[in-house]
Amino acid sequence: MIWNETKECMSRDEMTNLQSARLRKLVDRVYHSVEYYRKKMQALGLEPGDIKGIEDLDKLPFTTKDDLRDTYPFGLFAVPNSQITRIHASSGTTGKATVVGYTRRDIETWSECVARCITMAGLGQNDIIQIAYGYGLFTGGLGAHYGAEKLGATVVPMSTGNTKKLINMMIDFGVTGIMCTPSYLLHIAETINEMGVRDKIKLKASINGAEPWTEKMRSQIENMLGIHAHDIYGLSEIMGPGVATDCQFHTGLHIHEDHFLPEIVDQKTLKPLRDGMTGELVISTLTKEGIPLIRYRTKDLTSITHKPCQCGRTTARIARFTGRTDDMLIIRGVNVFPSQIESALLEMGGTTPHYLLIVDRVNNLDTLEVRVEVEERFFSDEIRELENLTNKITEVIKQAIGLAVKVKLVEPKSIERSMGKSQHVIDNRKYN
Amino acid sequence: MFIKQLSVFIENRQGRLEEVTEALVQENVNILSLSMADTTEYGMLRMIVSNPETAKDALRDKGFSAMLTDVIAVKLQDKVGELHKMTHILCSQGLNIEYMYALASANRVAMIVKASDGEAAAKATMDGGLELYSYEDMCE
Ligand SMILES: [Zn+2]
Repeated sequence: MIWNETKECMSRDEMTNLQSARLRKLVDRVYHSVEYYRKKMQALGLEPGDIKGIEDLDKLPFTTKDDLRDTYPFGLFAVPNSQITRIHASSGTTGKATVVGYTRRDIETWSECVARCITMAGLGQNDIIQIAYGYGLFTGGLGAHYGAEKLGATVVPMSTGNTKKLINMMIDFGVTGIMCTPSYLLHIAETINEMGVRDKIKLKASINGAEPWTEKMRSQIENMLGIHAHDIYGLSEIMGPGVATDCQFHTGLHIHEDHFLPEIVDQKTLKPLRDGMTGELVISTLTKEGIPLIRYRTKDLTSITHKPCQCGRTTARIARFTGRTDDMLIIRGVNVFPSQIESALLEMGGTTPHYLLIVDRVNNLDTLEVRVEVEERFFSDEIRELENLTNKITEVIKQAIGLAVKVKLVEPKSIERSMGKSQHVIDNRKYN
Repeated sequence: MFIKQLSVFIENRQGRLEEVTEALVQENVNILSLSMADTTEYGMLRMIVSNPETAKDALRDKGFSAMLTDVIAVKLQDKVGELHKMTHILCSQGLNIEYMYALASANRVAMIVKASDGEAAAKATMDGGLELYSYEDMCE
């Protein structure tokens, strides 16, 4: 099944024409309604009329997360607040969140894109779908929810937390589809096996995203549950989950090109790369009203192909992501920058103590251990004081990143320094 | 009135305690008493040593978090009721004992005590008829 054949199966020429027309409108719109963009374009001597089609895309300046931060909270919004119907936010590097706003039509577009993704996973209006992403400022829960409703499926808004309850409902309701992070689904699968209820599960397919995973994890999930697992890509700046998904052939993720114009650029030179070459994914939001982004640098590394797919869709496909161009970590679906933890530790007073982040995956759930060197100024001869210190550090980090971490006090100078600067992250999770 | 206790933070990993004792040997420091408080991840080594300043510097040079803490060393006789006498005095003054451990070295027998209020604890034990070892007593 294809949700929107008109858009997902158009010829390359039709798509190029549609994208060019939408790009012209987009550039015109941001030039006239967002001062920040206008100034950027004027600095380059660019006028909206200079962009005639997607062949002129590389004349336009890039947009980055820094631009969003500099204009916090609403500086890049292209419509008055009266037209914004929803706000989402994700954590930023300096503790300030990255804020995005959606108009009613943006929510409609988003739902449409997610509906296309769920259809790609072989689910439809007769299915019962559990959404086990967090609901709230994070785009995962509500994004998946609206898409599944748009599809006409029966939606069970589980959110995250109680795995046994989720499984019991899965059995009682006859749930056929689930949307959550891949690591959480593996955890669910293991719990199903422990409970010995594998034969009571009616699950057919899953749609998993918000964190990097591998083909190996996919086959593990598929074998453990006897389902088809699909990869969904998205980021809140662009929209949220639903920017791209893989079809039943699993040969890359179909990107909804009529809304999101993709480019792959060289990490260093920022020059566009040919199909098949790996570089940074850059997206222009062709139809977004609330906060349109031009050439937004996702910092995700991948490659792209424009060859039509066996499934009948002609939309470009991006390959499985190979990494990021920055030091962002994705832990249990939450974006974490080491610098956030660093500034939280700074709140402990004085200078930042030496620290090390150890990321691991235990029983398919991500764990983050923060090791902090016990310097003289923190030291006490009383265990109680050290325990208070541990609790205080745990609390400030939780405030900063929204995740519970395990804090471990270690001896001074026990964290290795390289080049006079300490290495801050060890990620023991295996993606390959 | 107070004596200096050497407190050292050590991670629960192999060989760390040995490194502490080795550093003390090199500086010719004698350990008169020692107690180890441990949690699942780290331990707190508390010691009364013959030369606390030297010992502290030597350990810091080796990268340990080490500090000196004021504690009292209450002289106790080897007979029934002596410890109770001390705890009774502290308790009746509303003083909490953060931790304590025994010292028996050469002819010295004492309870090393860190109380919630060191000054008050020292005064109370002396007023109650107990004797305290001095810093000099320990350095002999
Ligand atoms: Zn396909």
